[in-house]
Amino acid sequence: MRIIVLIKHVPDTWEERVLDPATGRLDRSASERVVDEITERALEAALALKDSDKSIEVVALTMGPGESTGAIKKALSMGADSGIHLVDDALAGADAMTTAATIAAALRDAGADLIIAGNESTDGRGGMLPAMLAEHLGLPALTFISDLVVEGGRVRGERATETATSVVSAALPAVVSITEGMPEPRFPSFKGIMGAKKKPVASHSLADLGLAADATPRAASVVLSCEPRPGRTGAEPIVDDGSAGQRLADYLAQQRLV
Amino acid sequence: MTAALVHIELTADGAPTDAAAELLGAATVLGEPVAVITVAPGSDTAALVAALGRAGAARVVVAEAAEVGSVIATPQVSALAAAIDREQPSVVLLAHSVDGRDVAGRLAVRVGGALAWDAVGVTRDGDRVVAAHSVFGGAYATTSTIEGGLPIVTVRPGAIDARAAAVEAPAVERLTVEVSGAAATIESSTPVRPSGRPELRTAKVVVAGGRGLGSPEKFALVEQLADALGGAVGASRAAVDAGYIDHAAQVGQTGTTVAPDLYIALGISGAIQHKAGMQTAKTIVAINTDASAPIFEVADFGVVGDVFTVVPQLLDALQSRRSA
Repeated sequence: MRIIVLIKHVPDTWEERVLDPATGRLDRSASERVVDEITERALEAALALKDSDKSIEVVALTMGPGESTGAIKKALSMGADSGIHLVDDALAGADAMTTAATIAAALRDAGADLIIAGNESTDGRGGMLPAMLAEHLGLPALTFISDLVVEGGRVRGERATETATSVVSAALPAVVSITEGMPEPRFPSFKGIMGAKKKPVASHSLADLGLAADATPRAASVVLSCEPRPGRTGAEPIVDDGSAGQRLADYLAQQRLV
Repeated sequence: MTAALVHIELTADGAPTDAAAELLGAATVLGEPVAVITVAPGSDTAALVAALGRAGAARVVVAEAAEVGSVIATPQVSALAAAIDREQPSVVLLAHSVDGRDVAGRLAVRVGGALAWDAVGVTRDGDRVVAAHSVFGGAYATTSTIEGGLPIVTVRPGAIDARAAAVEAPAVERLTVEVSGAAATIESSTPVRPSGRPELRTAKVVVAGGRGLGSPEKFALVEQLADALGGAVGASRAAVDAGYIDHAAQVGQTGTTVAPDLYIALGISGAIQHKAGMQTAKTIVAINTDASAPIFEVADFGVVGDVFTVVPQLLDALQSRRSA
């Protein structure tokens, strides 16, 4: 069985993240790039399956500029067998439609039985790419899944929406997106880090994928404006002298909040 | 006026979700608000149509599809694709919910549209639909539009205040939809039980607890204050990771983003990941024993003190204010 895990390099959420006001795009120089934790959990889900069946092959796929090889290296050191890097200058600032079309083109002949992604990235927060890929590839999608099980050629999981919690399943091949309800990712071992250097990483441009740079989807999202919001300034906190609860009640009443 | 199609999600009881009124409110500034519902063939939709009329739907497209409720997303996608074909709308609006996102993503690929997601406002600028977004936890305000195709916009629940005027008897058009596309099967489903508390994402008041609460039992203090204020219960990631409360309550960059009128942080230090999920609240109150906790940098009213002495006093004071 071949599992392809989609991983993403994102600005570290433990730091301040910066947009370029001129383009509305991420200022990549402004903050550290890390592998988005939800995609590390997606990788963990694949590696956990591999732990119980060594014949399973795990491939980490990412789309991003040259530096994104760092994300693939991390995945390889955690235990992925190989990497695929989709990289092309024409993909800078790609919107969701172009991203989905590009990744779908790479997945189309990649022979994946299971494609696992995080449910939403911490920078884009769209949470739609897995469904878009499924539509491109004509596959079922189990989105926002916790408790992932693969058996008898089916993938099954629990899916919580705003209105219901369901058990959902599909025959393989399928696309799955997982939530933070799935287990935390493992840390790379020393052996894993050393071994990662020998693992193969394939790099594909748009031309390699049979996509011309101008053959991206006709309809596209365009950023019109991007303004930093003024930061909040807190008031000097009071130190509780035994009356803070009362004073807080007075404040809430005065603000008409109670 | 061209149609602004609104995808209506239904609860287990077959009623529109709270998002319906917001989406129809948003749609009125973009075109003629036309609600699309996807139901099993032969469903009685009279009450549903009336409810959508009250929420401002000028017309209702009732799409009948056999697989509704038994597979994820594809019946609704097929229904909207058929409605788009018939109505030639200028925009499609959906909730930025779990199901709404699956439907929107597939629909954009299927009909060759493009996506504007998690909009906190929508306006029309000539022929263009402009979506407003709050990015990186409200650190940036951006606007976007769609060029070269149909705009498919998901709207953040609770973000739209506008409501459409009620329509007495909206015109109903019925479509029979052939569902296409491979889909995951829904084997069984349990409706979310109403907790009696408002939903976290859209609550006007949120009381959230952090690691400072110390244990799952002591976390009850957070719930007590939330109930006294008629608010929702939230939590920091640290409290969720420590097992004090379920992940569904997590507020932050990972978890739910909230923008209530009042946010009360109890025993929460205010890591940047947490602030990204709540710093657009209108008023922020924080109680923490550590005077250097970063949460005080964004708090309009901060108390350096122990939540287990300050909150009980606050509860008493609120109680006596009510009985006064």
